[in-house]
Amino acid sequence: MSEKEPREPLFSKKNKKLVTDPLTDNNPITIQVLGICSALAITVQVEQAVVMSASVLFVLVFGNIIVSMLRNLIPSRIRIIVQLVVVASLVIIVNEVLAAFLPDVSEKLSVFVGLIITNCIIMGRFEAFAMGNKVWPSIMDALGNSFGYAWILILVAFFRELLGSGTLWGVQILGSAIPGEEWGLYTMGYANNNMMILPPMALIVVGIIIWVQRSRNKALIEDH
Amino acid sequence: MKFLENIVHKMEPKFAKGGKLEKWNPVFESFATLAFTPAHVTKKGSHIRDGVDLKRTMMTVIMAMLPCLLFGIYNTGHWEMVAEAGDRSLDFWANGGDKFLRGVIVVLPLIVVSYGVGLTIEFIFGLIRGHALHEGFLVSGMLIPLVMPADVPLWMVGVATAFAVIIGKEVFGGTGMNILNVALTARAFLFFAYPTSMSGDNVWMSGNEVDGFTGSTALGDLATFMTDKASVAGQAVVDGAGMDTFTNTYSVMDSFFGMIPGSIGETSVVACLIGAFILLVTGVGSLRIMASFFAGGYVMGLLMNLIGGNVYLDLDAHYHLIIGGFAFGAVFMATDPVTAAQTATGKILYGFFGGAVAILIRVLNPAYPEGVMLAILFMNVMAPIIDHYVVQANIKRRLKRVKTA
Repeated sequence: MSEKEPREPLFSKKNKKLVTDPLTDNNPITIQVLGICSALAITVQVEQAVVMSASVLFVLVFGNIIVSMLRNLIPSRIRIIVQLVVVASLVIIVNEVLAAFLPDVSEKLSVFVGLIITNCIIMGRFEAFAMGNKVWPSIMDALGNSFGYAWILILVAFFRELLGSGTLWGVQILGSAIPGEEWGLYTMGYANNNMMILPPMALIVVGIIIWVQRSRNKALIEDH
Repeated sequence: MKFLENIVHKMEPKFAKGGKLEKWNPVFESFATLAFTPAHVTKKGSHIRDGVDLKRTMMTVIMAMLPCLLFGIYNTGHWEMVAEAGDRSLDFWANGGDKFLRGVIVVLPLIVVSYGVGLTIEFIFGLIRGHALHEGFLVSGMLIPLVMPADVPLWMVGVATAFAVIIGKEVFGGTGMNILNVALTARAFLFFAYPTSMSGDNVWMSGNEVDGFTGSTALGDLATFMTDKASVAGQAVVDGAGMDTFTNTYSVMDSFFGMIPGSIGETSVVACLIGAFILLVTGVGSLRIMASFFAGGYVMGLLMNLIGGNVYLDLDAHYHLIIGGFAFGAVFMATDPVTAAQTATGKILYGFFGGAVAILIRVLNPAYPEGVMLAILFMNVMAPIIDHYVVQANIKRRLKRVKTA
């Protein structure tokens, strides 16, 4: 072992690809269609979407680190249980932190923070990546996937909050519809689209994003 | 006509392959075939061909809708005058010309917006995908204004039309590929997106701003009436006398001829029946669907009478067929050949359950007065399953015959 394998640079092409791929052509939501449930449930407001994305980012990054470090110790027959324990502990930490410092948002997200445990993206990355890779690439992979998840979530929430409530991050953007103090678009007869607040519209918005993405990149269209 | 034909022939080479304006061929072809029967002939192994192409079929449907449209225009004008006077007892036939004119002023912009938005989107998709304008929207574009309340804002009609054409039709591949009826998709979108402009007491009569004057529809009145204490159309009601007051306000004759408030084209059963006659004689509409739709509604109405309990449940079954959009839905919406069931038995099941579900929703959930819309959309989704089981049953039956022989 005199000749050591040359050390791979931290930001080699391969590592960068781990981050950039899930943002576009291998997006967990629009291409792998994972984590859809939370994309439909908590995208009514941008604030919720951002907090949710941050929570998933935390859980996924630290989960990937832990699983990657333990990967040679975990007996393969019980690996799913070990992975579940890792996610569950991290999710409890997130839940407690949110309840302590952002009680309003925590209340709105309610069970959906707890349901991060069942978010397919997280278990998917543990199983598909962290179990077979070193710590650094695992971090890269976690960052890529959670940002890929986050930008779709925030984009959907942007349209739903803007068109459904006329606000962004709780701030009135299009005007106010309160009787007596109307201003902005509402004075011209504009009305909020109530359907945007209902879950079916989230599905349609995600569908439109997938449609746009596939029409720009023909390689993503499956053969029949 | 000869003059127009000459122009078309002169322009044709420019749009043909290799011509200067090749890219705009879809647009040219759409206009040319709208005016003249295309000169295309079958090239490979010929099949039996009819002189009637899709555009001619669509025109027949539009022709069948004309009675509804004309009556709807008049009716809209009438109720606008009623709302202005604040008096429901206005004579229906007085000031006819004035009423028709008022109706045209309200309805024409709706038609223009619906066709304008819808055809623009169809043209854009046609250009991108390189095909001529699809004919399907000719009918949808006329149906959309007919199922709107008179007072709906124009921009909402535009948004709903865009939604229905893009999400309801183009994502599935365009005309002939849609799962849901396009016009009803537009209406359902508005119903859920802007409920205050699509339901309630103030949207059915254009320009209704008189305080305390209720412009509610028969269905709306029935819903507020469940408790038997509310008032119908401004008339005070004594406990227990709800049914009488209702039948006095909306007599069978008025409801049948359509002299009641409601969506623009839906009120007159007579106009719908004339349309049905045209559709059936020309063979465009399906008698199986129409008849079984009415039957389903009637049977469900009788069933509701058996349960009884409030005014809505006790309402005579035949009333259900003439108020609201039931007749219009049965004749023009349920029979849409793309979204309905295709098999003969399937059509009967589809129509029967459509009518039954419509009355079921209408009676048991007064929050959704327009059960017909939701029922037809629901059956649109169910149609492929119905067809599948009808075909499977047929296969099974015939296999049995082979095996026993």
